[in-house]
Amino acid sequence: MNTLTSTWRRGPLASRWVRAGLVFAVLYALPYSTLRIPGVFDGPLDAPGVLQLLAVCLVFAGLAMSYDLLFGHTGVMSFGHGMFVTGGMYATTILVDHAGFGLWTSAAIGLAVALAAAVVLGAVALRVEGIGFAMVTLAFGQAVAILVVSGSPQLTGGEQGETLDAGAVPAVLSGVRNTANLYWIALAYLAVCALVVWGLAASMPGRVMRALRENERRVEVLGLNPYLFKLLAFVVAGVLAAGGGVVYLLLLGGATPTVSDSNFTLSLLVMAVLGGTGRRWGAMIGGVLYGYAGQSLTRVSGSSAVAGLPGVLRGPLEQPLFLLGAAFVLVVFFAPGGLTGRFGGRMRREEA
Amino acid sequence: MSAVEPVNTAANLLELEDVRVRLGGSAILHGVSFTVAAAGVTALLGRNGVGKTTTAKSVLGLYPATGSIRLDGRELIGLPTHAVARLGIGYVPEDRGVFAGLTVAENLRLAEPREQPKAGYPRVYELFPVLEARAAQPAGTLSGGEQQMLAIGRILLRRNRLLVVDEPTKGLSPKVAAEVARALKEVAETVPVLLIEQNLSVVRTLAGQAVVLDTGRVAHRGATRDLLADPARTNALLGVSTARADPVRADTARADARGGTA
Amino acid sequence: MTTVLLLTATGLGVAALYFLVASGLTLIFGLMDVLNFAHGAFVGLGGYVGWTVADRLPGSPGLVLGLLAGVAAGAATAAVTELAVIRPLYGRPLDQVLATVGLGLAIPALLQAVWGADARTWTLPGWLAGTVGLFGARIPSVRFLLIGLAMALLLGLRLLLGRTRAGLVVRAGVEDREMVTALGIDVRRANLAVFALGGAAAGLGGALFGLYQGSVSPGDGTSLLVYAFVVVVLGGAGSITGTALAAVAVGLVQQYADYASASLGDESVVILLAAVLLLRRRNLRGRPA
Ligand SMILES: Nc1ncnc2c1ncn2[C@@H]1O[C@H](COP(=O)(O)OP(=O)(O)O)[C@@H](O)[C@H]1O
Ligand SMILES: [Mg+2]
Repeated sequence: MNTLTSTWRRGPLASRWVRAGLVFAVLYALPYSTLRIPGVFDGPLDAPGVLQLLAVCLVFAGLAMSYDLLFGHTGVMSFGHGMFVTGGMYATTILVDHAGFGLWTSAAIGLAVALAAAVVLGAVALRVEGIGFAMVTLAFGQAVAILVVSGSPQLTGGEQGETLDAGAVPAVLSGVRNTANLYWIALAYLAVCALVVWGLAASMPGRVMRALRENERRVEVLGLNPYLFKLLAFVVAGVLAAGGGVVYLLLLGGATPTVSDSNFTLSLLVMAVLGGTGRRWGAMIGGVLYGYAGQSLTRVSGSSAVAGLPGVLRGPLEQPLFLLGAAFVLVVFFAPGGLTGRFGGRMRREEA
Repeated sequence: MSAVEPVNTAANLLELEDVRVRLGGSAILHGVSFTVAAAGVTALLGRNGVGKTTTAKSVLGLYPATGSIRLDGRELIGLPTHAVARLGIGYVPEDRGVFAGLTVAENLRLAEPREQPKAGYPRVYELFPVLEARAAQPAGTLSGGEQQMLAIGRILLRRNRLLVVDEPTKGLSPKVAAEVARALKEVAETVPVLLIEQNLSVVRTLAGQAVVLDTGRVAHRGATRDLLADPARTNALLGVSTARADPVRADTARADARGGTA
Repeated sequence: MTTVLLLTATGLGVAALYFLVASGLTLIFGLMDVLNFAHGAFVGLGGYVGWTVADRLPGSPGLVLGLLAGVAAGAATAAVTELAVIRPLYGRPLDQVLATVGLGLAIPALLQAVWGADARTWTLPGWLAGTVGLFGARIPSVRFLLIGLAMALLLGLRLLLGRTRAGLVVRAGVEDREMVTALGIDVRRANLAVFALGGAAAGLGGALFGLYQGSVSPGDGTSLLVYAFVVVVLGGAGSITGTALAAVAVGLVQQYADYASASLGDESVVILLAAVLLLRRRNLRGRPA
């Protein structure tokens, strides 16, 4: 163990890009493996059900990274991040289903719309600072949620959501046999998120963002305008989130209003904090864990072990959100740096 | 640390020993040690940004500090701010800390001690008659000088063993600054004062002892008279020459210092 | 004309609910810098506890006791939250907010576990179930109860903040908490009081929301919370009068716009928010009372 970690830190794997490449290479190879991990996954790694679960974890990891670009790296707390996921997801679905565009054209337009929306909304919302910004983005997110659920049900499908026209989905992405391709798309999305977030963090704007998180006054003293750098973070995070919305759409086969719910944004916050905010791997690990827990807690909740418990205990345990919320409070109390901060002791906060 | 200087505990009211403070990830105070005499004014001097305000705030428990800060031998570090204040430390912060939306009377009422709440008023009104005249006015509408008088007068309602006053003449016209300084001089006859001040003429008239900070460390300790009598040393420590130390110049020096760090 | 009256009454009734929730939120935020995401949970709890009491005990006594139980539940939960969650995290403002986020997720889930996911019908006593004629418009009686109680709260809070020493401490603390402690005042007691008071108002809001809808459901708190946040932003953090005015503005705009076209109401609230933010280039912090 010791030699392993020291190789990791000092040996040939010292370069962070080499390490990251290795991690992604392993993730890339997973669908070729028939490894069974009893108790963790229901089947071998290449089983469609397992790949689907893993793909959702990867999408959540990417979304959590995009959220953490704002929250952990720049110190801006948004409660409306889900609206960009919603935007990417619904814009693509509506264009495919109702305008007859191709899938990729629709996705590209969706991302462009998200970009424009992020610039406008960010420009308005960032006029208020700190926690006020959180409230304003919450309100914007709520507006999007209402638009999606009750705005025009013939377009969005209301509370049910809108199924993506199966005819528009390329054959290599449809059908259970092709789940591995969806998995790789999710992985590619995560890789893009990682490249963008890490690359930005290592650049000049990224350093300013980090300085903003620590002390906004010091940035102003340097003659830089905090507003512009926050807006940059907001826009990049928003576009990444919209991309995640498109990939999530492919995984689910349709758009769902749950991504517009304020609880969805809160869950992104939970992922980032669970993993460790402003850290290289923190949000990604938090997203994977949350994605896994969210899907398997439902399994635990519905399991016979829980069903056998007395009502007082069973009720709360059947609520995944109760377990996650309670776990989150415990993490905030006892592991303030998140999991990577707590257990990765020497894994350092992102320092360019 | 304290062995360097003979410590006469009887005469020292406040003792700081190896006080360190970190803020926003950077070390601001790197082990500050000095004492405040049980009578008169002790000046805390230094260029802008060296940590004077930080020192004052750590005495009050507003910033987390390590080391030791003792009032009459009683350790203050770890106490919440209100407990420090109740031990008899009165604080007049750099930005004056006046509650702008509250009336002058309400600002005063907030500071009243629980026992004998009204006892201090006559003396405060005698020192600063303007506070009585403007009792019903929102404090935010007072002039800078009047706000400073409110900040000082308010704290005088309490029974203090030590006052910590941070740059009371900052931003005031020379005439008003002199008025505030005169009031402080009268206050200092009954209560010891730790005075942070950039205006050296005020320092000269008020402070018997001076402590000079430089980037989070004590650079000089001694009688104010001796320090100010040595222009070269004063200039080296404070960046202003004593000959030209009037408030207007001090302000320019401050702006220079700010420009220099940017 | 009757439509305008009805819309206005409904708008004011909704505004009353927003004010009940937002008043605590704004004081907590103003005094402690804590954006309390658990506030919706206090609302939900007040609603369910109130419903439980009123369901067992029909008629007017049940209604009164139900409302009181809602108030008590909100206040107690809020007080426990302050003591057990907020206070130990003092000096870690971000973690305080995050912890309330956790509670805001966990408590509504708990409500759902205890009372089920489906709405529970709240039967009103006869005198409250009907409508009152006003210049030809038939206005549901509940609206008047909501408006009356919200106005009583507004008056009470103004007196409390303006006339008492505790209120003075809160107003000063909203401006500069550090300076209040430097005057030898223990703000932690004010924090607890403000939390409990805010929780009480939220609990009442939850129970009244139950009356207004004729039912309680697990999502009630969260849905009110979002509008309460908007009201806090518009009204200025820490300002009770501002919050009341903002609540009325949001309630009325929402109802009028909704009448013009369904679902336009909520969008117009957000447009209102954006417009105010664009026109007002100042910090969120306002002044109390
Ligand atoms: N809250 C804070 N966070 C980070 N750095 C701070 C904070 N307050 C002050 N500083 C820094 O600490 C240093 C000392 O500040 P201060 O004590 O106010 O200086 P002085 O009062 O001597 O002018 C300055 O460099 C200032 O930028
Ligand atoms: Mg200072």
